Amino acid sequence: MIEKEVVIINNAGLHTRPAATIVKIAAKYKCEFFIHKDGMHINGKSIIGVMTLAAEKGSKLKLSFDGIDQEEACEAIVKYFEKGFDEL
Amino acid sequence: MSNNLLKGIAAAAGISIGTAYLYEKQIEVVEDEFVDNVDEAIEAFEKSIKKSKKELNKIFNLAVDKMGEQRAGIFEAQVMILDDPILMGNIKKRIIEEKRSPEFIVDAEISKYQELLSLSKESYMKERKHDIEDIKNRIIRNLKKKKWHSQIESDVIVVTNNITPADTVLFSKVRVKGYITNVGGLTSHAAIVARSLNIPAVLGIHDATIKIKNGDTVIVDGLHGEIIISPTEEQLEYYREKCKRLEEFDTELAKLTDKPAVTLDGRKIILRANLDIVEELEYIIRNGAEGTGLVRTEQIFNLEDEFPDEERQYQTYIDLAEKLYPHIVIVRVFDIGGDKVFPVDVKEPNPFLGWRGIRFLLDNENLFKTQIRALLRASAHKNIKIMMPMITSLQEIRKSKEIIECCKEELRNENKEFDSNINIGIMIEVPSAAVMAEEFAEEVDFISIGTNDLIQYLLAVDRGNEIVSSLYQEFHPAVIRTLYKIIHSSKLGEAKVSICGEMAADILATPLLVGMGLDSMSVSAATIPHIKKIIRSINYEEAKKLTKECLTYKTEKEVSNRLQEYFKENFVDELENVF
Repeated sequence: MIEKEVVIINNAGLHTRPAATIVKIAAKYKCEFFIHKDGMHINGKSIIGVMTLAAEKGSKLKLSFDGIDQEEACEAIVKYFEKGFDEL
Repeated sequence: MSNNLLKGIAAAAGISIGTAYLYEKQIEVVEDEFVDNVDEAIEAFEKSIKKSKKELNKIFNLAVDKMGEQRAGIFEAQVMILDDPILMGNIKKRIIEEKRSPEFIVDAEISKYQELLSLSKESYMKERKHDIEDIKNRIIRNLKKKKWHSQIESDVIVVTNNITPADTVLFSKVRVKGYITNVGGLTSHAAIVARSLNIPAVLGIHDATIKIKNGDTVIVDGLHGEIIISPTEEQLEYYREKCKRLEEFDTELAKLTDKPAVTLDGRKIILRANLDIVEELEYIIRNGAEGTGLVRTEQIFNLEDEFPDEERQYQTYIDLAEKLYPHIVIVRVFDIGGDKVFPVDVKEPNPFLGWRGIRFLLDNENLFKTQIRALLRASAHKNIKIMMPMITSLQEIRKSKEIIECCKEELRNENKEFDSNINIGIMIEVPSAAVMAEEFAEEVDFISIGTNDLIQYLLAVDRGNEIVSSLYQEFHPAVIRTLYKIIHSSKLGEAKVSICGEMAADILATPLLVGMGLDSMSVSAATIPHIKKIIRSINYEEAKKLTKECLTYKTEKEVSNRLQEYFKENFVDELENVF
């Protein structure tokens, strides 16, 4: 398992469109993917779960990946966060 | 007046005596029930997801350009929720383990996420809560719909608040003897459907669902707009006698089936039928219609699920064309919007002035072309005509014709048969079209006046709004002058002119309309024999004089008084039997 911390950097925060994109990216990989915030553990492959995350600009999230392709999944997801969900 | 008698709007003629069935939609109430058959419950759940997906995809595909990126994104996310492996897995697991009704589990599981969102301080999260609420309600609604279907019994009088197009689909599958509603007017969807199915209906009885209890015996008098709850033996006797007389009158009318609708002095009027559901076809033929003057395609297909593909449409149209051959089948392309079937999710502040009729089709060209191709292919017997709704400008006519030509070209290249001279017509139902009638007529083969919308737009009266519905007047001088102008202009523009809409079915209006010089009329199948009987006892020259006279009047009262007077003088028979 690998864990990684990310920060939300776009103005609008983790709204519906990026939530959908994150789930779509995650679906390409076999490994388990969870998002941890304020004591909540959300399955990153569940759109309704990710939508429920109230993550505004500046929020810190912990991502965890566990499975055969965890490295690739981690890289792809973290990159999307670092790009500010293509909204910078 | 007896105290068990309530008055409402007489929406569809006929008398029914039967048992009341209260149809109440309580979709917001989710009951915690146990299920006996888990497999069935899972299947129902999966079906509701599939149906919800279809609904959302349809809305998404049609409206994506109009919704803006943000709303489109929300729709996409909603579709994704229906595919959410974690959520769906949890729901199914719980249904199997707890043996509880799918709607209860769906509600419980999705509400969990909503509660999480409530904890958030962010205001935009509240919006998100509504999105999740939407999808939850959609699934539950689709789960319940199935349930309702199996619950409605046959041979009942349906008592409900209002009838939506979706309900109609439901009701058409069981035998309903009568309709009673709290709200709704003469030209509401409920009224149109009741008339086309020949089911007596009284609408707009405000507290029908309170005063009538499930299982009560009720009498529906759809001609006088009266209902009687728990009738006395005396009342029952009176109405049974009346039913018998009506039957005799119908038998009398049935003798006219094979006779033409021709005036005493030899003017022939073509009488066609409006068709809303395919099941009506036999009835239309039996009642002696010379084809259809208006096929409401948005009604015959269940557009709630998805738009039918070319093949399915073709099968439906060719079937109509063959069964009605050699008569003409005038098909109106999808008239969506306004009060018609439409995905509820595209909310407009003023749908009657919004995205409807030809506007919607020209914005969704692929959908339009699919229908045109299907119609063209079904025109191989040369008895199909295409009609466009809600035309307001010449540009719309030209653009539509362009699209039709383009479809013809495609079919030619595919070596498919069709009527290359297929007649194209338009509905005139908007004041701008009435003003431009002559110029429009020059562009098309025929014109059909849609009185329901025309009157509504002309008088600025929402026909569905009970507060002002009394201002919706067929015999308003502005209405009859406009009708006359359209008919006159159409002839100048060398287009055939017809009328469809409720006014055509009003026997009081028949002499006036014939006198205006219409070539044909299209009414519900049930009304055809009545109108035919009137036409056959009119003298055309006299009717023309009557029309001229009516065109000079300045008030609605004068016009309707004169028509009533004319009626009493000429059709005593009709009055005694029917009224």
